[in-house]
Amino acid sequence: MKNILEKGMRVIFFIAAIASIIAVFLICLFLFANGIPAIGKIGIFSFLLGTKWAPTNVPASFGIFPMILGSIYVTAGAVIIGVPIGILTSVFMAKYCPKGIYKVLKPATELLAGIPSVVYGFFGLVVIVPIIRSVFGGTGNSILAASILLGIMILPTIIGVSESAIRSVPASYYEGSLALGATHERTIFRVILPSAKSGIMAGVVLGIGRAIGETMAVIMVAGNQARMPAGLMKGIRTLTANIVIEMGYAAELHREALIATGVVLFVFILIINITSILLRRKGNE
Amino acid sequence: MAEAKVNSMTDTSGIKGINTITAADKMRSYFKKPFSMIAMLCVMLAALFTFTMLIFIICYILIRGVPHITPSLFAWEYNTENVSMLPSVINTVIMTVISLIIAIPLGLFTAIYLVEYSGKNNSKIVQVIRLTTETLSGIPSIIYGLFGMLFFVTYLKWGYSILAGALTMSIMVLPLIMRTAEEALLAVSDSFREASFGLGAGKLRTIFRIVLPAAMPGISSGIILAIGRIVGETAALMYTAGTVANIPTSLMSSGRTLALHMYALSSEGLYENQAYATAVVLLVLVLIINMTSSYIARRLTKS
Repeated sequence: MKNILEKGMRVIFFIAAIASIIAVFLICLFLFANGIPAIGKIGIFSFLLGTKWAPTNVPASFGIFPMILGSIYVTAGAVIIGVPIGILTSVFMAKYCPKGIYKVLKPATELLAGIPSVVYGFFGLVVIVPIIRSVFGGTGNSILAASILLGIMILPTIIGVSESAIRSVPASYYEGSLALGATHERTIFRVILPSAKSGIMAGVVLGIGRAIGETMAVIMVAGNQARMPAGLMKGIRTLTANIVIEMGYAAELHREALIATGVVLFVFILIINITSILLRRKGNE
Repeated sequence: MAEAKVNSMTDTSGIKGINTITAADKMRSYFKKPFSMIAMLCVMLAALFTFTMLIFIICYILIRGVPHITPSLFAWEYNTENVSMLPSVINTVIMTVISLIIAIPLGLFTAIYLVEYSGKNNSKIVQVIRLTTETLSGIPSIIYGLFGMLFFVTYLKWGYSILAGALTMSIMVLPLIMRTAEEALLAVSDSFREASFGLGAGKLRTIFRIVLPAAMPGISSGIILAIGRIVGETAALMYTAGTVANIPTSLMSSGRTLALHMYALSSEGLYENQAYATAVVLLVLVLIINMTSSYIARRLTKS
């Protein structure tokens, strides 16, 4: 009896463990099965490289190139703003922060990660957008607003991963460099950071994944015009925004094209994730 | 060797300043090496920026939002007059509970399998499980939303429903619960298990009576983080749970959570004050949830 229970539970544990594999499989299956046919119907080149998104026109055109560019621009902006600040903050956390303050700041970075994206979006809408509007003119809903907001949102990801990468550099590196007469800063920037490079890169790549996949906050500040990017102060629509904004009323090929947009996003994310995983493995070796 | 021993035993209290750097020394060193000073200042500025931003966001929302919290925002019935958030709070609670009922056993059992059964050897299946959970944790919420819409809402024909939203959420938080539970189980010392086996307990008894209770703080801090994720989620719920602003009559009826309610309010543009108030409630909820989680995690590392 006891033996049966032991064996039975083992099987149950195993089935639970398989669940995540099933989930990934189902996600891939349903996304690709619903999205790929639309790409086939529209034509892969006119879908990916078409510069006009006009799903309700007759004849309709489904080019998501503006949205691909939009996602890339906004993410690049977020990286330019978020990565230097994130890495420097992680240096502060690992190498400058006194223990007493660290106890307060560590949960604070986790808090930054915990703030819901709608609240970030709302903050962007009522603070960042009006500031840009009054400084640069225009509506304020722009690539710049989205980049600043996303730059703040990816900070906790970058700080968390880079800090643990910096901490995993052996103390002997630090001591050896100091013993050779280098200052604290020289040691950090010339010895510690280069040794922690892969781990930090993994964090940056993870941050890029966050930025490209972020939806609600971007919708609230980016303007969402489905046209080619026209400048830093002009509005833009990202891949994620395209799905959420139009899915509510889309039908037939339009709906399928939106799912195909999701497929493109998913492929981007998979590439980014695999890069991050490989970088982390390299860092651990 | 003997000499070193003698040296370490000699009284050093009289010797000062050999290995200590005073603030004045530090300043002098910085003035001699301007690049070090610039680097240090950059680091300080970046850290200052990060944490002022956090405080600014929280304070701004609180200061602008708290005055707008009125009793009518907590009316039992939602209508366009009062835009009550109470129904969406109730929806959020229901959503969270159902998601956790599904995700906790799955995540916990997966962790138990990985730690207690698969052993230290990295078999093929274990590697695949790790890879898939890592993949799952990197997928953005909008993709979960799309999947939930295609699978639960359309393929299984559930329509926009609390249940479809909750199942989508449970897949989304699964990797988080699994990873924290796995770390917590790994942190339990092997001597606990050996002692339990030594007293004649079986594997199951050891897991449920010895290992799990010892790993409980770590597991629960992960679960609380998962609650935070569910409460703050918007994109994945929009096309799975739908946006009806009333208290649901059954699990198969649509209902918006607090975060989705907040998005609806701010995107309609008519209710900015109410949006502020809703943001306060949402933010305070998430702050409490996160602080509880890190408090528990800290207690864990202390003991």
